Amino acid sequence: MKQTAIYFTEAWLVLGLALIFGAALAGVQTGLHPKIEANKRAETMRQIPSLVPGAKESEPAGEAGLRAWRALGDGGETAGWVVLASGQGFAGPIELLVGVDADLDKITGLYVLSQTETPGLGNKIAAEDWREQFRGMDAQTGLEVTKQEAGPHEIQAITGATISSRSVVQIVNNTLRQFRTIKQAGS
Amino acid sequence: MSDGPTPLERFINGILPENPVYRQLLGLCPTLAVTNSMKAALTMSGAVLFVLFCANVLVSLIRSLLKPHLRILVFTLTIATFVTIADKFIAAFMWPMSKELGPYIPLIIVNCAIISRCEICASKQNTRTAAMDAVGQALGFTLALASIATVREILGNGSWLGFSVLPDAWPNWVLMVLPPGAFLTLGFLMAAVNWLTMSQKTKSANEP
Repeated sequence: MKQTAIYFTEAWLVLGLALIFGAALAGVQTGLHPKIEANKRAETMRQIPSLVPGAKESEPAGEAGLRAWRALGDGGETAGWVVLASGQGFAGPIELLVGVDADLDKITGLYVLSQTETPGLGNKIAAEDWREQFRGMDAQTGLEVTKQEAGPHEIQAITGATISSRSVVQIVNNTLRQFRTIKQAGS
Repeated sequence: MSDGPTPLERFINGILPENPVYRQLLGLCPTLAVTNSMKAALTMSGAVLFVLFCANVLVSLIRSLLKPHLRILVFTLTIATFVTIADKFIAAFMWPMSKELGPYIPLIIVNCAIISRCEICASKQNTRTAAMDAVGQALGFTLALASIATVREILGNGSWLGFSVLPDAWPNWVLMVLPPGAFLTLGFLMAAVNWLTMSQKTKSANEP
């Protein structure tokens, strides 16, 4: 018997099951994806007031491939922006919400929407005391990760999860740079 | 191939005599990780019941087609599929819980408690036995998780299933909610289970 024929007599069950399971999962994904997205959106809307101080309402302001929301203050003036940022972490994709003030000067908050980092190490990126470091940081110059005491423009890495920490900072930097370019081009 | 334990024996075995956590010491990762609240423990148990049942039934149905050296591959493929379905389902209908459990639902794929049932029972016995085995093992798993979560949530939070059960004066024992509390509780409960079995054995040995 030819070599390939042997492979097929051995592996047909694995191949067949992989096809069937793949199709089933595709079905589940199509069916449930809108619902999961809606859950995420609802959570985003709930978080916006805590990400931008003084925000009462918000309206979608997505532009050029970036999902963003304009946070409105009491009198309807722009209190700040919330941008959806995503990128690759250590174990999988990370999705963040970054809050910045109206002039894109300072970061006003950071929230982790979804992550699959290592439990006990990398998933500390979602912990509030680590995220607090970002509040009040300069949004113009890129942030950096340090393992020592954090100076200005620096974020202290989580012990044992330097890659996760670095990923978050990189995602924040990239997204803010992108968002500023879009805003400057627009105004 | 039909000489294995009967469906009823499999069912009963799973609950206590061969309890996956207390007797086989399998599936300890979710056991330690998600038992800081009763709700999380029950969600995890539900997901495990679904995955274990579907995987056991499916593997039992195709057991005559399995090639011995490819069987683990088929088990993993089957388990991974049902775990993904469970994960998506929880994310769609129980969003806050999905956030709390995080990566632990996907990690069911590598839960030895499930793959061991495919290997020990489902790939060797008929579908009815495999189904009963899955339900029994899942109940045993639920029992173990629920017992640990009860101790941890009551001592650590003063609540059970989210309802306060201890007076406000109770100093919440935060250690119990943190990982060390999981190890301590598991250790003490396992010691209790072992001690009970041992004393039962001596009692029955002393009787004429």
